[in-house]
Amino acid sequence: MALKPAISVSHLTKRFGDFTAVDDVSFTVKEGELFALLGPNGAGKSTTIKMLTTLLQPSGGELHLNGHDVTKAQDAARKSFGIVFQDPSVDTEMTAYENMELHAALYNVRGSETKERIQTLLELVELWDRKDTLVKNYSGGMKRRLEIARGLLHHPKVLFLDEPTLGLDTQTRNLLWDYVKRLSREEGMTVFFTTHYLEEAEAVADRIAIIDHGHLIALGTTKQLARQTGTKSLEAAYLELTGKTVRDEAAKPGDEWRARRRARMMK
Amino acid sequence: MRVIYTLWLRQVKRFFRARSRIIGAIGQPLLFLIALGYGIGSIYKTAGGGSYIDFLVPGIMAQTVLFAAMFYGAMIMFDKQFGFLKETLVAPVSRTKIMLGGALGGATTATLQGLLVFLISLCLGFRPQHWALVPLAIIILGLLAVAIASFSSGIGSFVQDMQGFQAINQFLVFPLYFLSGALYPLQHVPDWLRIVAEINPMSYAVDAMRDTLIGQTHFGLLKDLVVLLVAVVVMVTFGAYRFRHIEA
Repeated sequence: MALKPAISVSHLTKRFGDFTAVDDVSFTVKEGELFALLGPNGAGKSTTIKMLTTLLQPSGGELHLNGHDVTKAQDAARKSFGIVFQDPSVDTEMTAYENMELHAALYNVRGSETKERIQTLLELVELWDRKDTLVKNYSGGMKRRLEIARGLLHHPKVLFLDEPTLGLDTQTRNLLWDYVKRLSREEGMTVFFTTHYLEEAEAVADRIAIIDHGHLIALGTTKQLARQTGTKSLEAAYLELTGKTVRDEAAKPGDEWRARRRARMMK
Repeated sequence: MRVIYTLWLRQVKRFFRARSRIIGAIGQPLLFLIALGYGIGSIYKTAGGGSYIDFLVPGIMAQTVLFAAMFYGAMIMFDKQFGFLKETLVAPVSRTKIMLGGALGGATTATLQGLLVFLISLCLGFRPQHWALVPLAIIILGLLAVAIASFSSGIGSFVQDMQGFQAINQFLVFPLYFLSGALYPLQHVPDWLRIVAEINPMSYAVDAMRDTLIGQTHFGLLKDLVVLLVAVVVMVTFGAYRFRHIEA
């Protein structure tokens, strides 16, 4: 049975001035799939996620999410995904419950359903006891769990996770992937994530894409990637494909270009 | 409506949770009121101007609202810095509603601060000429607050960091304030200053406040209100336009 793709990306390109952050990238993600996007710092992962989630306008190419054209039918696309950003995005001056309520209003989750859904999700991520605590008093791991609960509140069909386990301890990381896998299984939710921990991608993802210098350089299961590179593990395959040099990462997409432009003007 | 209400409520809740902000917001106008009111008051009286404190109170209320509503732009900078802005930017809601909800919340807290200054002035002996006109004065403060909060969201939308915002803020707010007739009557100033004040929309808000509270006016209340309403429309449009074009 052929499933319609949850995410389809064709010839996606993003330029900042004369710097091309994402260059002619195409791939599709099947419904219910757990899909990992890997790549060194500054390879174009976050820029790709930002374009998929309507935060950045692509310079070229087409993007579809659950059948909605991301650039043309923005609101329909936005309703259909949830996202956990690389950096925290909760309001730390409000309580966890208030953050959830605000999200419910933004996504127009029905009033009658809201309370129940918030309780279910906060219980799932084990924060229900602390629901009335101001988020600024939460630890990093607690904030991350809250963001995951929030991202799931409006029943998204696709969940984007941009380096969700960065800075978390092993226990929290395992717990987090357990939730995500369970939800994907139970609700048929598609999960698109980036990570620097290759063993995570290997353990969780059905398929893996590797991006470097804005180009998609490999796509397949762990086994396929290992076979393709004649290596034995994902890590070996990854290093074979992306090399061993260390990259610098700009804080925000476009920063690299801005810095170069500034340097040019100084000359 | 639910979105606008929720984002409005967020601003109001955060304001009441930050006691230091309330104290800070009141301290500065109080200092102006006391230092200028008593410092210049006696000379002002000798020169035949009447009570300077009475003259000053409407201007200081407008000043409080101006500074407090400009602070709303700083809230956007915080939301950028701490990431919350992204949560609203990926939501399936028009950016105009998001901007309006926040700006109305910022305007509400600014108006409350203006009213607090009014209460303090009452303690210092200030009495409005007609109590019946006080509600109108509150509406005028509210309109000023909406215009300035929308303006500051527009600025906050395209400035990258807090330092940049502070610089622009200082550069804009002080001329708006000092060249508005908030501190001195416009009748006897040099022509160039009067012309600058007549271009400054802030002058009309100050004048409207003074007319409703102490019955002194330079432009006439009708003209004041027309200018103020035009300013609200222009600023809301500007703020909404800039906010729609934020890229994260």
